[in-house]
Amino acid sequence: MRRLINQHPGRAAGIALGVLPFIALLILYVMASQIRLAENAGDKLLPSLGTITDTLHHYAFEEDRRSGKVLFWADTWASLKRIGAALGISAALALVLAVCIGVIPRARALLSPLLNTVAMIPPLAVLPILFIVLGLEETSKIALIVIGVAPCVARDLALRVAELPREQIIKAQTLGASTWQLILRVVLPQLWPRLIDALRLSMGSAWLFLIAAEAIASTEGLGYRIFLVRRYLAMDVILPYVVWITLLAVLTDLALRLLRARAFRWAEPDR
Amino acid sequence: MARVSVRNVWKEYGAQVVLENVRLEIADHEFVTIIGASGCGKTTFLKMLLGMEQPTRGQILIDGVPIRGEPDPDRGVVFQRYSSFPHLTVLENVMLGLELRASKLSGRMFGGARRSAHQAALAMLESVGLAHAQDKYPAQLSGGMQQRMSIAQAVICKPKILLLDEPFGALDPGVTADMHQLILRLWAENRMTIFMVSHDIQESFQLGTRLLTFDKLRHDPQSPEAYGASVTYDLKLERQRSSDSAAQVALGA
Repeated sequence: MRRLINQHPGRAAGIALGVLPFIALLILYVMASQIRLAENAGDKLLPSLGTITDTLHHYAFEEDRRSGKVLFWADTWASLKRIGAALGISAALALVLAVCIGVIPRARALLSPLLNTVAMIPPLAVLPILFIVLGLEETSKIALIVIGVAPCVARDLALRVAELPREQIIKAQTLGASTWQLILRVVLPQLWPRLIDALRLSMGSAWLFLIAAEAIASTEGLGYRIFLVRRYLAMDVILPYVVWITLLAVLTDLALRLLRARAFRWAEPDR
Repeated sequence: MARVSVRNVWKEYGAQVVLENVRLEIADHEFVTIIGASGCGKTTFLKMLLGMEQPTRGQILIDGVPIRGEPDPDRGVVFQRYSSFPHLTVLENVMLGLELRASKLSGRMFGGARRSAHQAALAMLESVGLAHAQDKYPAQLSGGMQQRMSIAQAVICKPKILLLDEPFGALDPGVTADMHQLILRLWAENRMTIFMVSHDIQESFQLGTRLLTFDKLRHDPQSPEAYGASVTYDLKLERQRSSDSAAQVALGA
């Protein structure tokens, strides 16, 4: 018998093992739900899968009487717009900051202490300020995510620039590269895959800030909906919304990973 | 033309003297090999030639003009490792110098200019025996192939001076012999002045037309950092320096 550390599951077995915990959780939920509903048919805490499906159908395929919108998709679209815009702005901002800090010593002296300090501000603590200054509309929500995400991504990328071997930077100069050309042809291309990694890692906190902002002041959005129906203990809405948010995050992560593998073949560990 | 004059150059880090009073006159098209114990300042000397470090006293001139205090295309370099760009293919790595020179703004070439740069880079790769690997990434190459690429990348820019920092130090002995032939041939064809730091004495005698050893002239056991290293031996090696014979040496070696 080989040691446990040397026993690898086959491809099919590997997939089966990965799916197993999900099925176990689902079964556990269904059983717990049945037990509670058997005791009290009006129980709202663990609604049956049937109830959830009905509610979801209502939310995803029927227009809301009051607003005339299909709530599920309107919420999804509102949230995705916010998080997409915020991540785009964060990425651009972080990239510019990281390149300046990593490549230009004067910019590093100027910006690095500021960035390191700003990164320590708890973003939720400035949320009231954002609401006061920027109003309750989209801007403040996007700003919250940017404040939460961009400094961390920028610091990570600046470290990556610093990790570029000095030999590379010298070599580029002996090939005639100006500062601008060095950034354009040597530094930026090597930062793209790092940026994708950094964005993947910050996806969790981006969603956190989005839902926090939506919970407090919003009229639509996935986070808004969850906190709205919380008042009615509507677990049949909250649960599928949480699953949906998770699924969106997982799919985004997967998409970014595929993009990295496709677009930056040189950066993949095993070619 | 690339005559190099090193005039009373000192390099000090605070109280620590690394190099003291280095004086040299290097003729055009010389192949200078530099050996010495580790920590003797030979790499520091190379870095000053390159412009990575500045002398604390004295100056270095190329053809009578003081060198710029930063690396520039006059001085090409091949390091022992890390001197290629992992995100570019072999061909792109070699083309990079041509592209940077042609386009200040984008650092890229297009159309006919790109095709001719492509041809030039391919010819260069042919010359170092890497044409078959043109579409690979550096990480996919063996150590010897990476150094070939790195040399091609430097030489295609036609530097006056080529600086080699233990370029073959990490290679297998069989590969090293091939690399020696390659560098001698390129030296003869391109009329560069070469400085090569090495830890291999035999290699240094074999390749160089002039061999320098760096060591401390004086030593104070109470404070070992008080005196720096300087050139202790400066040997002119007997070998005809005309291009033809150098090429013959390369082919016959």
